[in-house]
Amino acid sequence: MANTRKKLFLSAPLVIFVIGIYFLAAPLFKGTDPRKLDSALVGQRVPSFTLQDLYNHEKQYDAAIFKGQKMLLNVWATWCPTCYAEHHFLNELAEQGVYIIGMNYKDERSKAIKWLTDLQDPYQISLFDKNGMLGLDLGVYGAPETYLIDSKGIIRYRHVGDLNKNNWQDTVLPRFNEME
Amino acid sequence: MLAEMGQFALAIACMLAFLQTVYPFYGIYTRQQSAIESAKILTVLQFLFVLLSFLILSYLFLINDFTVAYIATNSNSALPWYYRLSAVWGAHEGSLLLWVFLLSFWSAAVALLSKRLPIESVARVLAVLGLLSLGFYLFVLLTSNPFSRTLPYFPVDGRDLNPLLQDIGLIIHPPMLYMGYVGFSVAFAFAIAALLEGRLDSAWAKWSRPWTMAAWIFLTLGISLGSWWAYSELGWGGWWFWDPVENASLMPWIAGTALIHSLAVSEKRGVFKSWTVLLAISAFSLSLLGTFLVRSGVLVSVHAFASDPARGLFILGFLILVIGGSLLLYAVQASKVKSRGRFELFSRESMLLTNNILLIAALIVVLLGTLLPLVHKEIGLGSISIGEPFFNRIFSVLIVPFSLFLGVGPLVRWKRQSLSELSKPLGSLLILSVVLTVLFLVSFASHFTWLALLGIFLGFWMLCTNCYELYLRATHRFSLLKGLIKLSNSHWAMSLGHAGFAVLVIGITMTQNYSIERDVKLAIGESIAFEHYDFHFDGLQSVQGANYTGNMGIFSVRKDNHLIATLKAEKRIYTVQRMPMTEAAIDAGFTRDLYIAMGEVLPDGAWAVRIYYKPFIRWIWFGPLLMALAGVLMILDRRYRTKPLQERF
Repeated sequence: MANTRKKLFLSAPLVIFVIGIYFLAAPLFKGTDPRKLDSALVGQRVPSFTLQDLYNHEKQYDAAIFKGQKMLLNVWATWCPTCYAEHHFLNELAEQGVYIIGMNYKDERSKAIKWLTDLQDPYQISLFDKNGMLGLDLGVYGAPETYLIDSKGIIRYRHVGDLNKNNWQDTVLPRFNEME
Repeated sequence: MLAEMGQFALAIACMLAFLQTVYPFYGIYTRQQSAIESAKILTVLQFLFVLLSFLILSYLFLINDFTVAYIATNSNSALPWYYRLSAVWGAHEGSLLLWVFLLSFWSAAVALLSKRLPIESVARVLAVLGLLSLGFYLFVLLTSNPFSRTLPYFPVDGRDLNPLLQDIGLIIHPPMLYMGYVGFSVAFAFAIAALLEGRLDSAWAKWSRPWTMAAWIFLTLGISLGSWWAYSELGWGGWWFWDPVENASLMPWIAGTALIHSLAVSEKRGVFKSWTVLLAISAFSLSLLGTFLVRSGVLVSVHAFASDPARGLFILGFLILVIGGSLLLYAVQASKVKSRGRFELFSRESMLLTNNILLIAALIVVLLGTLLPLVHKEIGLGSISIGEPFFNRIFSVLIVPFSLFLGVGPLVRWKRQSLSELSKPLGSLLILSVVLTVLFLVSFASHFTWLALLGIFLGFWMLCTNCYELYLRATHRFSLLKGLIKLSNSHWAMSLGHAGFAVLVIGITMTQNYSIERDVKLAIGESIAFEHYDFHFDGLQSVQGANYTGNMGIFSVRKDNHLIATLKAEKRIYTVQRMPMTEAAIDAGFTRDLYIAMGEVLPDGAWAVRIYYKPFIRWIWFGPLLMALAGVLMILDRRYRTKPLQERF
């Protein structure tokens, strides 16, 4: 009798391990590639913030700029080679009349300005997120990332990685058209 | 051709690991002495082949062979040779090769250094180690081959090593850490072998003790090196971030610390044996878990390793097999263990038990804090992150009883201790520590906080009780001086280790409570006063390294018009990966560090500069260094070298 109880007691680590393993396994079997992680904020408002304008550090913006029309919020940086590849396509989108707000992420102001001057500026507004504060709130993994935001300022979709002709046509544009 | 040979050597090592697992067990089962004895030879052969494979990869890095994909993504011909060498373990594939290489190194060490152990026991231990090696060989060969080629279109030059990793600390940090992680496999193998055999006696504890201690020393050094590297390289001025990857190394360390204490009790008094076995299993399981967390990408961390779900799945399978299997074995076999020693409530045994309970509590806190975000997401509550405040708060509570008991524990006798005998000296020591604490804070602290008072008191309490304990034991039979000389190495090890911990606690308390950091704007020629120091921005130089360009700000620091230091902080751009890096300049000192990191240049030409004053931060690394030294002393204790073993393991 005492022995059975002892055995049960000694099995406790095994039981705890089995329960623990479920939580480790579940994200893997769902194929949760970290790059496909949802932003915790999809379906919610853009968190409140105040950030400087990229060009003019005395000018400041808050979350109000995301209201009024549907738009893209593009997170980019000069240290990110993929952003360079993506930039040309963003210029095309801007020419088609898509409203894009750019957020320069963990970067240096002077370099970012030079980049936009050299490569053409597709952004209606450029935010300068030096310390990645808004990026942190949004759950930005890295650059580039693009958020679809509707006219009420609610985040509808998050796209990780570069935007290009293919994924714009296949996945992003249909969602963008659905939004109000 | 050479790369293929490296891969081939690895495949042979994998086969040998398979034989090393199967053949000794076959020999034990069929009573064939030659099969049992083959374990040692197979282990050494396996080590030689993986050594060959590792040397080949290192050589390919040195000669810049960019036809190898792993080298093309992690090295560059402009990289200095020592960074090319350390780039071998700079990313996933190579660090796994390092892991399995070190595992077979430990196995070979066991095979060669355990002449006094009965051959059958050694064979069991080596077979268990072989099984672990086999799992990792398969992992490397099937999912993360460092030798795969980029042919036919190989790049002219490589993509360079991540600039964060181009630092002297990073050359030795991963091997140290891995030596520790992997070293716990030996204690694990001893435990499993003992469970399989159904014999757990004090000889078992005696034999795994020095091996566990060796692994613990490496892990201690590895973790503190990592912390030092983060402080000097990342430019955040922090020394510990409670990042999942850091936690992954802290968890085996805590379990290992509990294990070395519990092993001591099991060896000397023959109690806690099944608990010790569980700790031995846990320490290595947590190392494996750490590998899983880091490599599978289920957790997000500043250590941005390439992560891959397929690799995660493989490690998970291995994890279930190894940990699940050993816990199952434990559940079935550990009930056969009988404890013979008896002890009373107030005794050294129960003090060590308290120590273990508190360590396990700390371990559970770290484990939960690390895994809770996963659980939280899984049960549908959304993503959360548990950060520094959570850990800091709980650890500052747990440290109080832990330090108090740590001070008393060594003074208490085995089996039974009368409380009245100790209450008087403890009272005097308490008063002494309070006096020292007040003196210390008056001389070094700028203002008063309760947490600082508590932390410093705990530090001095441990130091004072430690000195008293040394005095008591030394004057027990001899005069003080003669007694101190006569004390055994392992006794000194205990004192030194505990003193190291006290130093660590004092360092952490001072740094956490009295650090000052400020972001300032400085133009060339300007100066700023900061905590009795005057920082003057002398000028700016451009620097040109082998694979980076950058600016170097030169600052002179004066105190009362005496030049204290000239600090040269750099802002670098690594040309290949276009990655900016901050090289902080640090003036290190016994009681404080001055730390400058360059931010970005502002539109008006001035620089954003970050200045830190970090009191006693060196003590945070000096403490663990003492602890590691203590470990070395304990391994050098005579009874692990001279006394021949009579009992069967």
